[in-house]
Amino acid sequence: MSSQQVSSGAPPGPRFRLPLHWLGVLPFAAFTVLFLIMPTMKIVIGAFQTPDGTFTLDNIRGLYTPSIMSAYLISIRISLASAILGCAIGFAVAAAVVLGGLPQWIRGPLLTFSGVASNFAGVPLAFAFLATLGPVGLVTVFLKTQLGVDLRMLGFNLLSFWGLTLTYLFFQIPLMILIITPALDGLKKEWREAASILGATNAQYWRLVAFPILLPSFLGTMALLFANAFGAVATAIALTGSSLNIVPILLFAQIRGDVLGDPHLGYALAFGMIVVTGVANALYIWLRARSERWLK
Amino acid sequence: MKRLWAWGALIFGLLYFFLPLIGMTNFSLKMRRGEYSFDAYVKVLNDPRFQETFTYSVTMALVTILFGIFLIVPTAYWVRLKLPGLRPYIEFVTLLPLVIPAIVIVFGYIRLYNTSSWLPLTGSSLGTDVLLMFGYATLALPYMYRAVDTGLRTIDVGTLTEAAQSLGASWFTIISRIILPNVLVAVLSGAFLTFAIVIGEFTMAALLNKPAFGPYMQLLGANRAYEPAALAVIAFGITWGCLGLIQLVSRFQKTAPRQA
Repeated sequence: MSSQQVSSGAPPGPRFRLPLHWLGVLPFAAFTVLFLIMPTMKIVIGAFQTPDGTFTLDNIRGLYTPSIMSAYLISIRISLASAILGCAIGFAVAAAVVLGGLPQWIRGPLLTFSGVASNFAGVPLAFAFLATLGPVGLVTVFLKTQLGVDLRMLGFNLLSFWGLTLTYLFFQIPLMILIITPALDGLKKEWREAASILGATNAQYWRLVAFPILLPSFLGTMALLFANAFGAVATAIALTGSSLNIVPILLFAQIRGDVLGDPHLGYALAFGMIVVTGVANALYIWLRARSERWLK
Repeated sequence: MKRLWAWGALIFGLLYFFLPLIGMTNFSLKMRRGEYSFDAYVKVLNDPRFQETFTYSVTMALVTILFGIFLIVPTAYWVRLKLPGLRPYIEFVTLLPLVIPAIVIVFGYIRLYNTSSWLPLTGSSLGTDVLLMFGYATLALPYMYRAVDTGLRTIDVGTLTEAAQSLGASWFTIISRIILPNVLVAVLSGAFLTFAIVIGEFTMAALLNKPAFGPYMQLLGANRAYEPAALAVIAFGITWGCLGLIQLVSRFQKTAPRQA
């Protein structure tokens, strides 16, 4: 069914050769329909069905319970915080390397390292942060014994909102660096020269020329980082176990053991995740298209 | 002044990268009280569960890479050659795994391919392995397809095909002996990234109840103190190795035409 939807998008070729042509993409179409599109549709449709298969909005309505709503809220807040901070810090680092007059040789290693760090997520990342900022972690112990600063007394706990946000930043910052560096490279010298010939100060150049040009890439990347953090399951589970009530952990527990006591509520929970990451990604694609107007 | 600020930003960034790496390395060496030792590594490497799960995940990664190559190279080639109008749609489909969280995809698998369905893959151990492999291939799809498609862009697919056909080559010969060697560097980049993704993957393997390396790490993390840090160091080494190999082969690709 869906394979016809995919194939109907293209203009048909000469009629007598048509069947053989389509056979070439048949394995790919079969694979994506069976293992990507159908499983997703199963969730989406299931979110709007009662157990005996009739249409209903009750599952979506069922999401409006305090515990599920708070899970979404915490998830969105963590994703937002790590996206905003990741964008700001990543931008500062990338700007320092591209525009700040640092030695040129730093650039290559920094981008390579960002490639590695942005892929270093999941369970091992949680271990790394536990060994650093956990109760007996390197930084915690150093601050306590050398500087007399007790993080726990200050109310810091790695298994919390800020702990998870700090951990996510480890892959968010490098991802921002990877995406924004080409955009910063795209700022043409001529624009700056033109601005200063017309009498603009450095601040005016940034506010009126560079910032508006970079804004779509900046916001687009933020949307991407948001989706990236929202869908992260492994890091959260390895770090907090099940002590933090966020959507991926709740869904994980639901799939494992139906903790919500209603399989179709699980579908609705997953559907909500698709909607959030879908909107974030659509924003990213739209903003990236806009940024390409100037930065090519 | 500006340079000072730039150094400040860079140093902050580097601290953020390196402190957790130093932290985990330091912690992994502290198993023996009062001195540094490799005890945690010895313990992990000698754990039969580590050997089992690691072997399982490496095998799964290799099978996934092979399947990905067999699926994607012919498809990307065929689309470039015969169905260029289809490219935007295919590209859109290949980007979907970045939009739909892995946990949702595997949730769909569990509901769609359970024991009472038309294709009861989760009913047998081998079936679940196959399903997990398909899941990994789905996760790797965006990276693999993009790598291969970029590789195909650099060669003249049409001319190569016609030349091969006029010499009497079959489709199989064209793809395996002409197209594949020409995009080998791109395929390898995709393969290394796939390896890095599959080896530490947690969500799919855990929810399909498979003894993979990711769930093993998580289980150890919940029960032990020093061994998880050693595992993190090992996992970071693997990620670093895979990404380093990608850099290496793509540098090889950039210099190769100049030498020719």
